[in-house]
Amino acid sequence: MTPLFMSRFTATSCIGRGLSATLVSLERQHTGLAPCKFETVELDTYVGEVPGVDAQSLPVSLAEYNCRNNRLAQLGLQQDEFADAVEELAGRLGRRRVGVFLGTSTSGILETELAYRHRDPASGALPAEFHYRGAHNSFSVADFARKALRLEGPVAVVSSACSSSAKVFGSARRMMEAGLIDAAVVGGIDSLCLTTLYGFHSLQLVSPLPCRPFDAARDGISIGEGAAFALLERAPASLDPEAVLLLGIGESSDAHHMSSPHPEGLGARAAMLQALSTAGLQPTDIDYINLHGTGTPSNDSAEACAVTAVLGTTVPCSSTKGATGHALGAAGGLEAVICALALQNGLMPAGLNTATVDPALSVNYLLQNRRQKMARVMSNSFGFGGSNCSLVLGRAQ
Amino acid sequence: MTQLSAYVRGIGLVGPGFDDWAGAASILAGITPYSPRATVLPPPVALAPAERRRTGAVVRLALAICFEAVSRAGVVASELPTIFSSSGGDGYNCHEICVTLASGDRQLSPTRFHNSVHNAASGYWSIAANATPASSVLCAFDASFGAGLLEALTQVTVDRTQVLLAAYDAGYPEPLRATRPIPDAFGVAMILAPTAPTDSRVAQIRASLCNDPAEAMPDPQLEALRTAIPAARSLPLLRKLAREEPGRVVIDYLETQRIAIEVSAWR
Repeated sequence: MTPLFMSRFTATSCIGRGLSATLVSLERQHTGLAPCKFETVELDTYVGEVPGVDAQSLPVSLAEYNCRNNRLAQLGLQQDEFADAVEELAGRLGRRRVGVFLGTSTSGILETELAYRHRDPASGALPAEFHYRGAHNSFSVADFARKALRLEGPVAVVSSACSSSAKVFGSARRMMEAGLIDAAVVGGIDSLCLTTLYGFHSLQLVSPLPCRPFDAARDGISIGEGAAFALLERAPASLDPEAVLLLGIGESSDAHHMSSPHPEGLGARAAMLQALSTAGLQPTDIDYINLHGTGTPSNDSAEACAVTAVLGTTVPCSSTKGATGHALGAAGGLEAVICALALQNGLMPAGLNTATVDPALSVNYLLQNRRQKMARVMSNSFGFGGSNCSLVLGRAQ
Repeated sequence: MTQLSAYVRGIGLVGPGFDDWAGAASILAGITPYSPRATVLPPPVALAPAERRRTGAVVRLALAICFEAVSRAGVVASELPTIFSSSGGDGYNCHEICVTLASGDRQLSPTRFHNSVHNAASGYWSIAANATPASSVLCAFDASFGAGLLEALTQVTVDRTQVLLAAYDAGYPEPLRATRPIPDAFGVAMILAPTAPTDSRVAQIRASLCNDPAEAMPDPQLEALRTAIPAARSLPLLRKLAREEPGRVVIDYLETQRIAIEVSAWR
């Protein structure tokens, strides 16, 4: 593929609002996970809750989009002058030439969960203030962001569980190569809700401790939330050496099971190989892997099989979910931004909370931050339904 | 103006008064009168019994239209990248989860939870068809058919690959139904290819964005269906394909723009 320029990016998660705060947390090896006090949830688990989401207001004209997911999106759009950069670009290219492709799995389902508690006792009707389109529908966050950014190009939500906001890079890449648009806002937004907290609990996939990806004693995920955005443009002829490019992307399906990965990571392998091949790179060209690394026994072991088969056992790798929690539909976007920060700052972030790397997983898992210049990194995102996506990002150098 | 093009190799369709594409094509071509009745969803026989029991209406709908399109096109299901676009996913499953979470006992069924993901139909399809290529799973509210079509056409045009596009919607039970009144299940699947097959007559479509209004269906009952179910926004295009009628048709997409499609002569 033709490399695309990530001309602006930002992330908001439990480890910080915007790039500076996120980088400081990564440098200090700080986890944002804390015992769950979210809403009325009574589960023995840790979550990566973003502080201040409910204090965030939306533009008055977009009041019908008010839900936790869109408040988090709005909070994210305001960081790192992202919205200003979009405005500048839209002025230059035309509002119809900028697409919006955002990943989410939760959308604003929390609003529906709350509305069901307040059904009319006689009729069963939902409260009148419930807005299906603005809050519940999966499209809500892309609809909201496109209107908030006053863009008029093609738009969609990608919702393939935990691969959603990695796969948006693929949709944007195809739209740009086809010439329908000249630039795209991509990213992912997922927010805490009862469906995911109680749902993952029902599958016995939630850890009672802060998640410990790749640890011998790992016992499940910690659910997080986040909003990450990137502006993708065609790469100009000359770029700052520290500029970040999307070099490759691989997408595949496991065709195996709805909620368990293929045990040998066959789908993950295919996605990683395709990401390398679209980037025109060899396995030895990858300097660091940001693993999907959720912290469940089966996910990490399947991913380790795939990584070992494709990239060998020596490439430094880690999962940043020990810091951020698993942001589900926002994970791919959040971790792509973490990879971009890693590239620009020469920082391979440690996998937090993990004490002893599982000896059965023969990967070079980093337990401490490493300062090292990198040229190219890979980010993995795999989800329910066997949906896999790997991205390759690189510095322009 | 950028144009995306593809050959339509096979169609699958299920909806109110439509049991398959052959029947629907006869109605859309004006040969058979349209008599609406509740959508009949065939069981997902391609899934193992344990998985079959776990599927709801949306998955059964998606699998039925996908297998029909694949079979009519005579292509190998396992080799096709897919695009699944739906406005709402499984409304009944979502309702049950919300009822449980609003009750005194919030214990969810694991199956309900994994069926709640928007890509459930894509996941079951990949298992049923043993399809390991990429699957793009989209939602764009009322624009979901248009969004799916554009995603499919960019894959065909840019990656020069044959794809399976499925757009499908099924309704919610009350009380969500009152806030999103989708009256019944409707789904359409298409095999779209970058080149024409040598052994069958197919139409080429060329799509671009436009400002013109979407075309209505001449039949008032079909027009009501088109506006009531997002996936049925495809009907004006399907009518043209059913009538084997070359020319331009405009289908609904976003509030800011629509999709104009030039349908070529069959060859």
